[in-house]
Amino acid sequence: MDTSRSYLEPSSFSKKLAATIIIVYTVITLIPISWMVMTSFKNVNSAISYPPEVLFDPSLEGYVNLFTNRSRQSQEYLDSLPAPETWYEELVRSREMVITGPSKFLGRYSNSMIIGFGSTFASVFLGALAAYAFSRFRVPLKDDLLFFILSTRMFPPIAVAVPIFIMYRKLGLGDTHLGMIILYTVVNLSLAVWLLKGFMDEIPKEYEEAAMIDGYSRLQAFFKVVLPQAMTGIAATAIFCMIFSWNEYAFAVLLTQFNAQTAPPFIPTIIGEGGLDWPAIGAGTTLFLLPVMIFTIILRKHLLRGITFGAVRK
Amino acid sequence: MSKIKIVNLQKSFGDFTAVKNSNLTINDKEFFVLLGPSGCGKTTTLRMIAGLELPTSGEIYLGDEEVGMLRASERDIAFVFQLFALYPHMNVKNNLSFPLKMQGYSRSEIKTRVEEAAKLLRIDHILNSNISSLSGGDRQRVALGRALVRRPKAFLMDEPLGTLDAEFRELMCLELKKLHIDIGATTVYVTHDQLEAMSLADRIAVMDGGEILQADEPSVIYNKPATKFVASFIGSPGMNFISIDQGISNEQSTLKIEGTDFIIPKQHEISKGKKNSFGIRPENLSLTNEGGLKGSVFGVEYLGSRKIVTVKTNFGEIKVKTDISTSVKINENVQVKPSNDNIIIFDGETDKSLKSEFMN
Repeated sequence: MDTSRSYLEPSSFSKKLAATIIIVYTVITLIPISWMVMTSFKNVNSAISYPPEVLFDPSLEGYVNLFTNRSRQSQEYLDSLPAPETWYEELVRSREMVITGPSKFLGRYSNSMIIGFGSTFASVFLGALAAYAFSRFRVPLKDDLLFFILSTRMFPPIAVAVPIFIMYRKLGLGDTHLGMIILYTVVNLSLAVWLLKGFMDEIPKEYEEAAMIDGYSRLQAFFKVVLPQAMTGIAATAIFCMIFSWNEYAFAVLLTQFNAQTAPPFIPTIIGEGGLDWPAIGAGTTLFLLPVMIFTIILRKHLLRGITFGAVRK
Repeated sequence: MSKIKIVNLQKSFGDFTAVKNSNLTINDKEFFVLLGPSGCGKTTTLRMIAGLELPTSGEIYLGDEEVGMLRASERDIAFVFQLFALYPHMNVKNNLSFPLKMQGYSRSEIKTRVEEAAKLLRIDHILNSNISSLSGGDRQRVALGRALVRRPKAFLMDEPLGTLDAEFRELMCLELKKLHIDIGATTVYVTHDQLEAMSLADRIAVMDGGEILQADEPSVIYNKPATKFVASFIGSPGMNFISIDQGISNEQSTLKIEGTDFIIPKQHEISKGKKNSFGIRPENLSLTNEGGLKGSVFGVEYLGSRKIVTVKTNFGEIKVKTDISTSVKINENVQVKPSNDNIIIFDGETDKSLKSEFMN
């Protein structure tokens, strides 16, 4: 028997088993994502061919279709046009169509950006202030208030869809950026307060006391001393908030149509000729995935520390 | 630098009174130690002087100004925390300049002051290091440096050596004392360690249960404790007490215990009741064969230069500090006798020491 290792350390067999499980899990979760990315580079026919094509000629048709509106024209009309100026015009012409203008995708995408980052910032900022207050001050009915805040997360947000829909119509917040930012902030705030309170509790109050003695006001001490030390918690909270508001579908479908519609309700409505334009949908989803992926990769280090933070009391 | 005066200071947290009606005057340039067991109100008192807690009632004067209700930032004092509270996201230099930045000093002035403090504390070689890479002693020096750079009216320290290991604590004790002599700053220092208090303080205030029991020079605190608690808390081991069931009258100079007459300093005060105690420090007792309190040896502790012999008597365990050459065995029958008249009678009703020739 191998006695060189401590009994607290896992055996090499269990290490290998863990690695295998993780690899299998990763492959399974990556299959739909890679299929989606592959679809985005197929043309309309190969995307729906049966049996499915794993090897195919890559094409940017999906991306061109995603960003443009097109109309089908007769061959005579196409011949009468001057030669195409760009590669994407050429690609569209080869399908016997002409570009009639840009699609709504960019607008929907930037709506998602504004609403996603806006509500993430608002949730983290308000959450940090509330968490600090709960962590440091003698708030009357503190435990009840905290439970009340948490209880807003105990039902699925969609359960309150109808009242919110009516409320937003009366207040004129329907289909506005501000309305969506407020809504996502409200949903995320309870999570933000609870997560951040845990992190604030871990920061000894001596730090801000030291800063206050050094001549700073409590608010200055909060920004200069407490927030920098809560960065791990803030990053982890920001990722959770961002993922929720970026992916949110139900409220977006219900409350937005033109002005503030986000990408999730828009992408599935991309319709090509005679059915759904799968490469364009694939392209939209792939592009949609990127910001959250980049955001998470940038903050990944913090996220991992954030999850395990506070698990062991010092 | 300024003197600090506390008048009728009181602090309650709900039903619990942490500090009761305290009065203190801390002189300019004095090293003053608040000493007491945990929960005695010493830290609360310090935090009220700092402005981290507001008093329930009473006044605090810093110099001639009443500061009791001012914010910490408006008081111009420096505080050294037990856990140092150095900002982990800044390096040593930024930690030191952080208090100065707020006060709007010029860059060059900040640089001069930081370097000056760093030199004084011998941390000039680690100015660009991260806090997390420093040893306990260096962290302590940086924390002191952060207090020094501001040249505040007073330094407040809350058990700043509490987290250091024993060897380092002694070293830092010496350094602190030297630093205090060099800069002559009014310092209020909180600790529960009597050795630290004795070696650092110009004057000590002993606190218990939120009250200041005695505030005086270390030698007076040790030799002439005002109450039974002070007598037992100070000294290692603390004072021995023998309960006596008799009143003390004025001019009384002997005391009969277990049939033996003991000479005591001439008393100048009458005891309130009949249950009093006879207090004597272990070094003022000796072992003898006759004429003392009878007992048997219960334990012997070897301390290098001295031995502490615990004797079980009818009055409880009595500790005797004896010469190293004394040899006694466990369970051996011995007698314990005062070797001089450094004896204090404590009134059983008030726990206060009675005035005598010795206690003036």
